[in-house]
Amino acid sequence: MSLLLLIEQVLNGLQFGVMLFLMAAGLTLIFGVMGLINLAHGSLYMIGAFCAAAVAGATGSFVLALVAALAGAAIAGALVEILVIRRLYGKDHLDQVLATFALILIFSEGTRWLFGSFPLFLDVPDALSGPVTLPGGIEYPFYRLTLIAVGLMVALGLFLLISRTRIGIQIRAGENDREMIAALGVDIGRLYTIVFALGAALAGLAGALVGAIQSVQVGMGEPVLILAFVVIVIGGIGSIKGALVGALLVGLTNTLGGIFLPEVMKLFMEPAVATSVGASLASMAIYILMAAVLILKPTGLFGARV
Amino acid sequence: MTRENGLNMLIVAGLVLVPLWAFFADEPFTITLATRAVILAMAAVGLNIALGLGGLISLGHAVFFGLGGYAMGILAYHAQTYTPFVEWPFVIEGTKSMPIIWLVAVVMSSLAAFVIGLLSLRTSGAYFIMITLAFGQMFFFFSISWSAYGGEDGVSIYLRNGFPGLNTLAPIQFYGLCFGLLMLVLLFASLLARSPFGLALNAARQSEQRVQAVGMMPFRLRLAAFVISGAITGLAGALFADLNRFVSPAMFSWQMSGEIMILVILGGVGRLYGPVVGAIVYVMLEHVLGDLSDYWHIYLGVLLLLVVLFVKGGIIGAVSGRRTAHG
Repeated sequence: MSLLLLIEQVLNGLQFGVMLFLMAAGLTLIFGVMGLINLAHGSLYMIGAFCAAAVAGATGSFVLALVAALAGAAIAGALVEILVIRRLYGKDHLDQVLATFALILIFSEGTRWLFGSFPLFLDVPDALSGPVTLPGGIEYPFYRLTLIAVGLMVALGLFLLISRTRIGIQIRAGENDREMIAALGVDIGRLYTIVFALGAALAGLAGALVGAIQSVQVGMGEPVLILAFVVIVIGGIGSIKGALVGALLVGLTNTLGGIFLPEVMKLFMEPAVATSVGASLASMAIYILMAAVLILKPTGLFGARV
Repeated sequence: MTRENGLNMLIVAGLVLVPLWAFFADEPFTITLATRAVILAMAAVGLNIALGLGGLISLGHAVFFGLGGYAMGILAYHAQTYTPFVEWPFVIEGTKSMPIIWLVAVVMSSLAAFVIGLLSLRTSGAYFIMITLAFGQMFFFFSISWSAYGGEDGVSIYLRNGFPGLNTLAPIQFYGLCFGLLMLVLLFASLLARSPFGLALNAARQSEQRVQAVGMMPFRLRLAAFVISGAITGLAGALFADLNRFVSPAMFSWQMSGEIMILVILGGVGRLYGPVVGAIVYVMLEHVLGDLSDYWHIYLGVLLLLVVLFVKGGIIGAVSGRRTAHG
């Protein structure tokens, strides 16, 4: 177990964490502003990845593919908000869960019908492929490093958007008192559509970026969705800062746990048994982390309300 | 007699008559479909105690369904390979006897429900939904990585487990067993809803403060409801695995949790026979739409969306004309 491996795995964990943040930020915004639990957020991630793979296949341009992912997911998000989600704001969580579960069924099977069950592949662009040498002689894939940078930049942009712009003020006001800002003349319906489309675009971007290192297939969104739920439960629902901290914690726990827990187990078990016990523990590690946070703070690290 | 009671009696009559007809008409597949519906109904009756009575939106009931399934899979696996399940500190053999398997399934799922409930019920609302979902994933990933029992491939059983005095390999006899259990569970659920415990639980769902004010602890009421609910779903899981003679991590998957919840909502939340109607309709849809198209989940999704948006109180609510379950 060398230091190089440790640094590499920490970078992998960060990369996974910032991608989770893109998912979790949208979820937590939508919950914070509209009070809506959106299970179909994973479908928007999938739509982003499929748009990117289809456009990259047709044009060969990765930049166009990313634009398509952002636009495709945002348009799908806005449409879904106007047609279905809008009717759910006044309803209880049970109706929201079921309606968005129904949307998952429709989106997943619809995509399977359009693209088939075989995974598509999205290639890493040539300019970003291959390893770079970091200070200290560590070789690390340039693309993954770019993902970390993009994720952190989006996080910064989102903070500025929320804290410095007019739309950000409206979003924060909407979280606190939606009747009051409606009374002040803000078109609340339009604001909701914009927030939903923004969250969808972030999910679509994450889908496209991750699609280039994994395969693009139906059902790719749901495992990420559930991890994003864990992230916002840990961070506190409605808090962007919580989403970032939670995402990095979950990303690091997931990646480092998978590598190091089997090794730790080998210290006091037979190697074969240790590997399987370690792997089981590693797949459970983030949920144990979540349980621990909940015992200490039932509303998450940065959450104010239940 | 209200229209809802009449409808309920009609459903029970159907569950008796259709499989009997199928038996004499030599249509074993229909009996298998009916068995599937009855078992799924039982799982949903379990969820309905937490959801309808307690107002606990659990998106993790696949945990208990899967635990029941694996209780059957693991015990039967050791019985068919003649290997002991535990060797130390004392020997525990596998078994092919349904009553013992059911007991283990109920005990294991109650224990899991107790621990998950203890942690999850500290929160409420959206947090509770997401946490139960996350616990479901935890069990799902654990079952995938547990290579001793097939990992991702699951465990297959050669012969269905036995019940004293019955030939469970005959579809109609296994159906009768499952149907009888469902009726017992429904009886239990209806007694529970009318018991002081059920009334207090119902009150805690409607107004937490008032229940506290008269000196009861909503947390304990909900935890007890969650454990009972998990135990029933666990029993259904053991039967489901026995029906398929197969158990795999799919029983732990979050889609499974979603499906059990769909059954409750389709039929009508908080109604005694809601889950039964939901399960019958679901299995029929699965069969009819599945023949029609490989992509039948699209139609299911659209139907579900329409029910959530436009039909208050599910199918029973629409048919009986009473929009709310708790009148």
